[in-house]
Amino acid sequence: MTLLIAARQLSKTFVLHQQDGLELPVLADVSLEVHAGECVALTGPSGAGKSTLLKALYANYLVQHGTLNILRHGRWIDMARAAPHEIVAVRRDTLGYVSQFLRVIPRVSALDIVAEPLIEQGEERETARERAGALLERLNIAERLWNLPPATFSGGEQQRVNIARGLVAPRPVLLLDEPTASLDAANRAVVVELMREAKARGAALVGIFHDEATRDAIADRLFTVPLARRHTKEIAT
Amino acid sequence: MKPILQVKQLAKRYGDRYGCRDVNFELYEGEVLCIVGESGSGKSTLLATLAGRLAADEGEVTFRDANGDWHELSTLAEAERRRLARTEWGFVTQHARDGLRMGVSAGANVSERLMALGHRHYGQLRATAAEWLEKVEIGAERLDDPPSRFSGGMQQRLQIARNLVTRPRLVFMDEPTGGLDVSVQARFLDLLRRLVHESGVAVIMVTHDLGVARLLAHRTLVMQQGRVVEAGLTDQILDDPQHPYTQLLVSSIVQA
Amino acid sequence: MKHSTSCKPQTGLHREGGRAATGPYSPYGEEAHSDADKASNWRYNFGYLDENTKRMLRRGLLKAVAIPGYQVPFGSREMPLPYGWGTGGIQLTASLIGRQDVLKVIDQGADDTTNAVNIRRFFGRVCGVDTTEKSADATLIQTRHRIPETPLKAGQIVVFQVPEPEPLRLLEASEVETRKLHAHQEYGLMHVKLYEDIARFGHIATSYDYPVRVNGRYLASPSPIPKFDNPKLHQSPALLLFGAGREKRLYAIPPYTDVDSLAFDDHPFEIQAWDTSCALCGSHDSYLDEIVTDDAGSRMFVCSDTDYCTSRREDAR
Repeated sequence: MTLLIAARQLSKTFVLHQQDGLELPVLADVSLEVHAGECVALTGPSGAGKSTLLKALYANYLVQHGTLNILRHGRWIDMARAAPHEIVAVRRDTLGYVSQFLRVIPRVSALDIVAEPLIEQGEERETARERAGALLERLNIAERLWNLPPATFSGGEQQRVNIARGLVAPRPVLLLDEPTASLDAANRAVVVELMREAKARGAALVGIFHDEATRDAIADRLFTVPLARRHTKEIAT
Repeated sequence: MKPILQVKQLAKRYGDRYGCRDVNFELYEGEVLCIVGESGSGKSTLLATLAGRLAADEGEVTFRDANGDWHELSTLAEAERRRLARTEWGFVTQHARDGLRMGVSAGANVSERLMALGHRHYGQLRATAAEWLEKVEIGAERLDDPPSRFSGGMQQRLQIARNLVTRPRLVFMDEPTGGLDVSVQARFLDLLRRLVHESGVAVIMVTHDLGVARLLAHRTLVMQQGRVVEAGLTDQILDDPQHPYTQLLVSSIVQA
Repeated sequence: MKHSTSCKPQTGLHREGGRAATGPYSPYGEEAHSDADKASNWRYNFGYLDENTKRMLRRGLLKAVAIPGYQVPFGSREMPLPYGWGTGGIQLTASLIGRQDVLKVIDQGADDTTNAVNIRRFFGRVCGVDTTEKSADATLIQTRHRIPETPLKAGQIVVFQVPEPEPLRLLEASEVETRKLHAHQEYGLMHVKLYEDIARFGHIATSYDYPVRVNGRYLASPSPIPKFDNPKLHQSPALLLFGAGREKRLYAIPPYTDVDSLAFDDHPFEIQAWDTSCALCGSHDSYLDEIVTDDAGSRMFVCSDTDYCTSRREDAR
């Protein structure tokens, strides 16, 4: 199958200037390749850098070393070096991110939040809203809630709205940060089904799944994020 | 995709002191860029220099117009610069009274730029103005009221309508939410976000509010003492700030 | 004769046998010089202003004629009457007037109102020129708020008294900014005013001082003439000069210049019209004033141009 993600020798160290330049190495020399139709589950002890790796893949975190290539329209784009507008374009049509927390946008209804990625891809507003509605329905969000801003929704509802937003647009690479955490069994099953559909479509998935049942249901292989050598030192400045 | 604005080694001096210096970036069509930093960091100076309202002392700003022609602002004749400001740019000020004509009706405020471009059909001007008042949630029934009778939030929304009515390709905004209550801000930002999305206009906005940057901007420049200390994707800057000053700014946000 | 007005004082100079241009002038003629009392009371320079001031004004006027509609700044002098009474117009007239000129002065179309009478008498005294009430006989017409109904002729000069030369002033208070707007021909703002008129009154309610575009270039105020008179500015055979004493600006519409009144496509420029005709002369194509004739509210409409009305009545007799 086609290689979609090729991350080589990634290193990431946080430097906390607020704490006298405290250095926290999180990723050291991490390489990861993911093919189309494959789901890789990141594992490792808490704090090993699973989330950091996922965020680095999304260019949300900067890596100090390494290359981070994502295949977009048959061309490799190094997310560690791409210009901001290129990263925005990759995120729009190639790279999706499903996190646990919905960042609520004031006054925008749940339906519009979910439909937005489709509209950004050039879908007609009405079609996008229809597809968004269908997805919310599958995720058991009551239709009476669709036109309300999710600020007042319960945690689980907000999370499902965010999953819908992350999955509504068919992107070939999906990054999933605990998508099923705190969902009930029924909704968890729906999310697993959605992820399987994405895989069947040929998407490459990289995820953190705490819940073992979900991991077993969706992951093709595990990737243990190697522990960076933890040595903290003061930077004399 | 081609940039519409290229900024190279830009600097503006006030006497011996630099208002801003060594500024380099490119802006692409439809991109929203926020310039953040504390008061006196040079962000408003940078904005005014980019918009040609202040003459740059060093470096250059080049703008690509709708025909694809590049214009370097420092060598551009005043007449040409004003033509660009009228046709291709917009400018939204922090205080509505600097950006609106407070004594004439909302309709005339919205129509002014159209009339400046030569529109001479009253009926059509009025219809367009009414349409834009609806778009910015003021309501067409307020067409003949002067902005002096509007609330602060409405005045800012009227500024948006007044600027976007001619479909500019680049809008400069100087702390547009600065004078608004938090509750009013949310509505304004949401509206702005929607209109910017729909129209595909590029925006350069100065703000000291990182929340505003998070909501609206693809990219952010962080300024300190006249220099850009960090630049990049907004979410990267906010979630993984690199520069000590940016880390300080981000850690100072009060979490709601 | 009347065309090159700037030569007239020299003409006068020659006639007086080589007397210095800055020398005193007596309204009582040459013989008055023998009368010491009278001479000491009335020893003004011809036209009241000194020759250097006149020269400054003429230079300004030449520039104004060369750039139709452009406001030329000038060093306005203190005149023996208050601002708002026509100090700008008087200075222009003083710089132009020659001994052969025949002066007519009107105020709101009338030759017999205070302002007109005073200015006419003033020039009679400081120049000793002939004055007239007949528009056709005048070589120089100073006017406040009207253009005579009798068509102007080539060779005539009309001097307008202007309170506010800047048509954009009400909308843009900054002189620096209005100058830029003129320089860059950014006149959208003027339409904002007309837009407001229609929005408020349903039509362009501006009925006097109606803004015009001169020679397709400069936006100008025609002074507070009724818009009824605006068409007379267009392609006028006479030279039209405008002076604002307080604002220290003068400008010109040279003969045969295009003058367009601003308007909207769907609200074209229109002049005033009356249902009635002049109660005195019966004219139905002149500008009419409404006159209340008694306490019971009776009224009549008569020509505002007194000379025109009188001539018509004389011709009818």
